[in-house]
Amino acid sequence: MALDRDDVRKIAFLARIKVPDAELAPLADELNGIIGWVEQLSEVDTDGVEPMTSVTEMTLKSRDDAVSDAGYPDRVVRNAPDRAGDFYAVPKVVE
Amino acid sequence: MTYLIQGDTGDWEVVIGLEVHAQVSSEAKLFSGSPTAFGAEPNTQVSLVDAAMPGMLPVINKFCVEQAVKTGLGLQAAINLHSVFERKNYFYADLPQGYQISQYQHPIVGEGTVILDMPDGTSREIGIERLHMEQDAGKSMHDQDPKRSFIDLNRAGVCLMEIVSKPDLRSPEEAGVFVRKLRSILRYLGTCDGNMEQGSMRADVNVSVRHPGETEYRTRAEIKNVNSVRFIMQAIEVEAARQVETWEAGDEVVQETRLFDPDRAETRSMRAKEFAHDYRYFPDPDLLPVDLDQAFVDGIAAALPELPDAKKERFIADFGLSAYDAGVLVADRETAAFFENVAEGRDAKQAANWLTTNLFGALNAAGKDIAESPVSAAQLGELLDLMADATISGRIAKDVFEEMFETSKDPGAIVEEKGLKQITDTGAIEAAVDQVINDNPGQADEVRGGNDKAIGWFVGQVMKATQGKANPQMVNQLLRDKLKG
Amino acid sequence: MAKLNDLTLAEARDGLAAGDFSAVELAEDCIAAMEAARDLNLFITETPEIARERAAQSDARRAAGGAHGAMDGIPIAVKDLFCTEGVLTTAASHILDGFHPPYESTVSQNLIDAGAVMLGKTNLDEFAMGSANMTSYYGPVKNPWVGAAGEDLVPGGSSGGSVAAVAANVCPGSTGTDTGGSIRQPASLCGVVGLKPTYGRCSRWGIVAFASSLDQAGPFARTVRDSAIMLKAMAGHDPKDSTSAPVEVPDFEAAITGDVKGLRVGIPKEYTLDGMPAEIQALWDRGAEWLKQQGAEIVPVSLPHTKYALPAYYIVAPAEASSNLARYDGVRYGLRVDGDSLDEMYENTRGAGFGAEVRRRVMIGTYVLSAGYYDAYYVKAQQVRTKILNEFKQTFADVDVLLTPTAPNAAFPIGAKMDDPVAMYLNDIFTVPANMAGLPGISVPAGLDADGLPLGLQIVAKPFDEETMFRAADALERAAEFTAKPKYLGGQGG
Ligand SMILES: [Mg+2]
Ligand SMILES: [Zn+2]
Repeated sequence: MALDRDDVRKIAFLARIKVPDAELAPLADELNGIIGWVEQLSEVDTDGVEPMTSVTEMTLKSRDDAVSDAGYPDRVVRNAPDRAGDFYAVPKVVE
Repeated sequence: MTYLIQGDTGDWEVVIGLEVHAQVSSEAKLFSGSPTAFGAEPNTQVSLVDAAMPGMLPVINKFCVEQAVKTGLGLQAAINLHSVFERKNYFYADLPQGYQISQYQHPIVGEGTVILDMPDGTSREIGIERLHMEQDAGKSMHDQDPKRSFIDLNRAGVCLMEIVSKPDLRSPEEAGVFVRKLRSILRYLGTCDGNMEQGSMRADVNVSVRHPGETEYRTRAEIKNVNSVRFIMQAIEVEAARQVETWEAGDEVVQETRLFDPDRAETRSMRAKEFAHDYRYFPDPDLLPVDLDQAFVDGIAAALPELPDAKKERFIADFGLSAYDAGVLVADRETAAFFENVAEGRDAKQAANWLTTNLFGALNAAGKDIAESPVSAAQLGELLDLMADATISGRIAKDVFEEMFETSKDPGAIVEEKGLKQITDTGAIEAAVDQVINDNPGQADEVRGGNDKAIGWFVGQVMKATQGKANPQMVNQLLRDKLKG
Repeated sequence: MAKLNDLTLAEARDGLAAGDFSAVELAEDCIAAMEAARDLNLFITETPEIARERAAQSDARRAAGGAHGAMDGIPIAVKDLFCTEGVLTTAASHILDGFHPPYESTVSQNLIDAGAVMLGKTNLDEFAMGSANMTSYYGPVKNPWVGAAGEDLVPGGSSGGSVAAVAANVCPGSTGTDTGGSIRQPASLCGVVGLKPTYGRCSRWGIVAFASSLDQAGPFARTVRDSAIMLKAMAGHDPKDSTSAPVEVPDFEAAITGDVKGLRVGIPKEYTLDGMPAEIQALWDRGAEWLKQQGAEIVPVSLPHTKYALPAYYIVAPAEASSNLARYDGVRYGLRVDGDSLDEMYENTRGAGFGAEVRRRVMIGTYVLSAGYYDAYYVKAQQVRTKILNEFKQTFADVDVLLTPTAPNAAFPIGAKMDDPVAMYLNDIFTVPANMAGLPGISVPAGLDADGLPLGLQIVAKPFDEETMFRAADALERAAEFTAKPKYLGGQGG
């Protein structure tokens, strides 16, 4: 299935990337080129094959329930483009 | 007790399913070592992991996994030995990673059951669809600045259990009872403190309506993040009414998320936020699947506390309580323990009465809960003992209790201090009885003439004369002997 | 006397230990070489002050008899994908403008703890997405080797600055990351040794994530021995990374015994591509012959799903990247481009902050995970990945290592191949399978093509068997006697 401009517009919004209207069509062509190429995977018989969840044979490691971090709001917000005290600030959200 | 909405086209029933988010009572967050305590200064409980700094990685808190399993067992649910954390991708200001780590296709807990005891004495079995673990988001504040929203990530990454019911609930009342029962079970288990004011428990409420007899569900709306039992019930009521109106006007109810506004008692569409949602779930490649062994689950099962349903059965069987009293007493783990302490080796029904009437009444009036009770279980037990061995009468006991509630003093000390010990000396009581008879010849004649009711009046007078300290049975007996003998 | 920056890592180690020169002297020569090589655009941030300070500390440790081992006092360059405390970290992206991490990545911390001396943060493809170092917001890196007609060539990618710094003798070692070949392919194109260890060998904590299930850090150096020394300092279990392996780090240098007698070397027939330059096939054959002459056994093997590794990679990697890069939203760090609403701010920030290739991959990844396409693309690719892994497992039951070319071509001119993404992706055709299966792989310079440009051969080994990988790589290296040098050495071009 080939992507059209509207598909690309939707994907761009899902990904929150502004794509100027003029670039939608060329981008659709590029993406279709890549998708057309990866579609060769349909040749592979994968019936009953488990999708991979981890390349190495490991079990999930875990931590104890102990407080070991935090308490440094300055380090947390220091790099923020906009802040108010120790809060991050963003354009007003209307709910 | 069917809840039906009468519409112009006939009756409508309400179909409700709840997604309850319960915060695991852990010290640290699900995937980072930062603390979870409520009410801290902004961004002080945030690690670099919670703030989604580049290259930061999650490591799971094993205590949280245990609590989820424990809760699953408490809901009589299937525990899935294999579960998977997935990323739920969406953009929002309080979601720093741009995804929530949650469980989707393979939750840690599968189907279970919750029994509801309805106030009318019936009970309902409500299915649990699943329980999964996930991260909480941060908090956005929209009212601090005219142009900006402020973000505090203290909650971001706190471990939640999302408990999803089947659409088995049929009235606002059932939904309320369900949430209270769930809260009770979680608190018994100790896996969630159930504190709804602090957001430790909140619910997404799925509501649809249909005519009784319809076999398919109609379109539902999801009311997000309702944070009290009262609001849950109200939200269902107004949303169901809205949907009935919508259908009856010939319109369609649309599947959407809505917001409950308690001030206006209405639900509002959040359609703007809904636009083009596509969560793109996939297994989190920073984590491995959770693989538990059965022995681990068995160990948790073996250490499970007695839960409200079992405790209720036992209270009925062992203490001879009514189903109603037993239900009231087991709703809260601390109340049940308080009761057992008082009832142990005493008259359990009397203990139940004193708890549900006197103690609960006083606590309610004082706005306190059982943990803050000025009267301890041992003290209330001693008070019952003083009645049992006739040291004081039931009438005096009420006064002593009031004093106990005010001062936290032992009942024995109060009785001693105020000289409230019951008069059981026949001579002293007889003197009082004679005095009262002599002072009231007219009433005495009435009794002699056959008016038994008037005896009650004499008892009252004698008790008054002895400041309530005379043994009422003895007073009664003496009056009968003297007036009718 | 030759400049100290020309020394190999092992030579520098031995010279420092013998007191022939100080770490400060070594650092000064490397700093001078770094400055002289600015035309190659190797570094996004130079940190000579940090280098001088750490070198002085190293000398003080050594004087007090407490040197930390092989890496103590060794100048290195760090790919600008590793977060470095207080030092600008960009991932070569506009979107991380001004980001100074308040933390140090585990791998770079391990190197600091080992006494290494950081010269600066090297240029790369934006978010490590590229095979030519052409996608950096900070401009392309030039390969120190030049084309036959004197034209500027790409160094390969994505670790272009790190590889070129080592090739140009700016420093004896550098760090890279390898998601689909981003260490091995540029190593091949620049005539140095580059390796990706087993997935889980190096911690990913503090490395800007591209594709979590594929990313691994590894070293660049000019010899196999140097690579072994440096990997030892970088690797190790990290409790902060759930995918870091709780295994001991062996003495990799000690594994280089010079003995490959009886080693079973698999030659996978599917790595022969239509249209592959004849000289690459010839080099590959020669490599097999070299190992055979030293007593190894050459075993033809078949890995029929190899051809699907690359397309499967171009589903899995963008999918993970689309999610990993969601955190670059203009709220907590980096670039923000304002908008009237939160969504507009996101779109403006990410639209302006991401370059064309990153944007392409994020959108592909978003698409393959979206409703209705997830099973057809993402699940399918992960199933194919399972098949690839199983195929490797079967093959490794019979052989100890695999020998393949590293890249299907030598370095190409800057600007070539840019208009067709898929043509660019083919650069990683021989390196991607090891990432898909989590296997260690190393590229060793093995010869020159007709234009006098370097070509590498790749050894792929079993999981956590880097020791055998090093042993085989060393045998290749000794036989290849690769002594050619690029035009720009220490920035001093001819
Ligand atoms: Mg929900
Ligand atoms: Zn949830």
